[in-house]
Amino acid sequence: MNREIVFRQKFEIQGGDFSRGGEVSCEVKNLLKELGLPAPSVRRAAIASYEAEMNVIMYAEHGVLDLSATPLKIRIVIEDSGPGIEDIELAMNEGYSTATPEMRELGFGAGMGLSNIKKNTDELEITSEIGKGTRLTMVVLTERHQP
Amino acid sequence: MNLAELIERFDLKVFSKGLELTRTIGGGYAGDLLSDVIAHGQKDQLWITIQVHPNIVAVAALKELAAVVLVNGREPAAETVARAEKERVPIFGTSLSAFEFSGRLYGQGIKGS
Ligand SMILES: Nc1ncnc2c1ncn2[C@@H]1O[C@H](COP(=O)(O)OP(=O)(O)OP(=O)(O)O)[C@@H](O)[C@H]1O
Ligand SMILES: [Mg+2]
Repeated sequence: MNREIVFRQKFEIQGGDFSRGGEVSCEVKNLLKELGLPAPSVRRAAIASYEAEMNVIMYAEHGVLDLSATPLKIRIVIEDSGPGIEDIELAMNEGYSTATPEMRELGFGAGMGLSNIKKNTDELEITSEIGKGTRLTMVVLTERHQP
Repeated sequence: MNLAELIERFDLKVFSKGLELTRTIGGGYAGDLLSDVIAHGQKDQLWITIQVHPNIVAVAALKELAAVVLVNGREPAAETVARAEKERVPIFGTSLSAFEFSGRLYGQGIKGS
């Protein structure tokens, strides 16, 4: 099977830009669809991408999304410059959120983003440095990869 | 029931213009927390909500929901409509509450799952 990267693209995400929230992930989804990857894997990757994109918009100053795909897997790395996450385990808990009242009014802050990412990825690595930023590495395997 | 029939039966306001309305509705989900809808909404469902800002379009598009129904007479922001037309996510409105609208949908055979 071909393991080579068949596609790679980077996207910029601007912190605080709620009006464009989700645009990058919609583009990611359309690109992956065009590559002909299986729809369920594309959907999972796009959802994980969306939650990570929104977290950059909500909490960080700036982020870069690096999308790469092979016929076997979709890999998305989102790295931001921002406050970082002090306790990643705590942040992963469903319901934990530091969203502001303004964000909550818009329907953000359920504290479910990171658990949605966990559920929709096959591999997830989160590293963070306080005062510097956060990096999420997410991998979604395509069905073809599974037995 | 498809989207066109839904609009007719419930006398919905259609905010997004020029979108195809032949898609068959595969159930519904009501919620105002975006990540909750991401977690529990299913492809082809109607999404019933009071949220009107542009981000609802991304959620609906990524989850491949059939359409968004804004309840309590809420009107979408202009930006929301523009984005909905671009991403081809139909947006409708009703003066009914989420509870009342969901109940009537259920009565017409559109269920949660
Ligand atoms: N990129 C990030 N930079 C800094 N803090 C973050 C970042 N991503 C997540 N967090 C922290 O982790 C918490 C949990 O994130 P999660 O996405 O699960 O929920 P939320 O964003 O608060 O709400 P929701 O995603 O349901 O709208 C956030 O409230 C925030 O404190
Ligand atoms: Mg979040």
